[in-house]
Amino acid sequence: MIEVNNIVKGFGDKIVINDVSAVMEPGKCNLIIGSSGSGKTVFMKCLVGLFTPDRGQIVYQGEDFTSMDDNGKKEIRKQIGMLFQGSALFDSLNVEQNIQFPLDMFTDWSTAEKRKRVNEVLARVNLKDANKKFPAEISGGMKKRVGIARAIVLNPKYLFCDEPNSGLDPQTSLVIDKLIKELTEEYQITTVINTHDMNSVMEIGDKIIYMYQGHKEWEGNNKEIIFSKNQRLNDFIFASEFLRDAKDMRMLEQAGKIENNRNMDDLLK
Amino acid sequence: MKFITEFGRYILMLKGMFSKPENKKVYWKEFMHQCNDIGIGSLGIVVIISVFMGAVSTLQTAYQLVSPVIPKSSIAQIVRDTVLLEFAPTLVCIVLAGVVGSKIASELGNMRVSEQIDALEIMGINTKTYLVMPKILAAMLVIPMLVVISAALGIWGGRVAGQAAQILSTTDFDKGLLQSFLPYNVFFAMVKAYVFSFIISSIPAFYGYYVQGGALEIGRASTKSVVVSCVLILFADYILAAILL
Repeated sequence: MIEVNNIVKGFGDKIVINDVSAVMEPGKCNLIIGSSGSGKTVFMKCLVGLFTPDRGQIVYQGEDFTSMDDNGKKEIRKQIGMLFQGSALFDSLNVEQNIQFPLDMFTDWSTAEKRKRVNEVLARVNLKDANKKFPAEISGGMKKRVGIARAIVLNPKYLFCDEPNSGLDPQTSLVIDKLIKELTEEYQITTVINTHDMNSVMEIGDKIIYMYQGHKEWEGNNKEIIFSKNQRLNDFIFASEFLRDAKDMRMLEQAGKIENNRNMDDLLK
Repeated sequence: MKFITEFGRYILMLKGMFSKPENKKVYWKEFMHQCNDIGIGSLGIVVIISVFMGAVSTLQTAYQLVSPVIPKSSIAQIVRDTVLLEFAPTLVCIVLAGVVGSKIASELGNMRVSEQIDALEIMGINTKTYLVMPKILAAMLVIPMLVVISAALGIWGGRVAGQAAQILSTTDFDKGLLQSFLPYNVFFAMVKAYVFSFIISSIPAFYGYYVQGGALEIGRASTKSVVVSCVLILFADYILAAILL
């Protein structure tokens, strides 16, 4: 579990994160949503320690991350996996070496054990026959999967995903969302996802934090968001006519007035 | 004011490199990789420059020494000392500042912009120790070796050119090489090589590591690192000559 208590972060005179508090629960996909410039990336970078908050606390499993020394932070970071917006794979290493890198750095396993673990996680993210390919030779969706595989190879307690669906087609986005959701539940990981993607919000949003101009505007889940009366949130989520129609349909479904005969597994096939 | 801030960040980067490696094997592998990149990767250009610089030195020295009272073997002496004292350490290091420096700055800059450095930080790796330290150590190991190779090839190039242009025989050249030889000059050349290799590796690493922005900024950082490295090499060259000679 991650507890965020009243964090404030500014750059110069500009306050980017203003007194935000939240609790990120294990086994759940905790989504941070908000328009561009709302501070969600800075918020996530504060959580993983790439930025130090000016005020407030970030508590990992009862330990105050913000006041830890570098060695303490290093220990916490070993329990963190992160999927970056651009995947951040190491260009000079192939897929297998990218995934094996954390194992090389932090374990004293034999080569055979490392190879076995790499193949396990590659199979888990449904990526086979790509072991020897370099990042430049694989598609955006495959890069995301390699990024996820690298993030989970050390069995992290915390998984951070910065816009995991950016640059992906809707179908691949669904596959990535489903994968993240499954991994979160399977390994009881505390997953924090920074996203713009409304599909993700509706499909995997166990907990949603909506940020507006640096502060937390709304908090709830993917059921509650449909019925939210928050005007700013509604303007953001249901920006297009299509999404407003989808909202109405979902409300009718929830009220039992129409039948939902969608099957996600069929769609993903 | 900006200079002081940048200098402070540079010192902090250097200070930040000194932490315990997370895994010595991985660091050793990275160090060897950098030795190969910097050493083998630059060998071709060093060989070409050195041979021609020695050859041209012989021809130009002979052109200026027209007096019949000066023995021909003096040409070899002048070529030897010029190559050892200045050409091999300074000229080669200025070329390496372009070749190695731009590579280091653009590699680290690209890693910064594409969030690869952030990815390493989040894994709990000290990126200054893992990315910057092996580059500086590798440069300080292989660049002095390249300078030694350059000096040897420069003198050999001068010897070959002297004979080919029928300026002086190889016997005269070899005789001149041994006349008034000061081993201290070799020491001086090596001191310069070590100082310059530190500049060539640490300055581009600094500019690359702290890049902010995109492709344009990576290019700018790369150019700036080469310019600053070259200026610092010339400045250090003067200071070392004033102190040690």
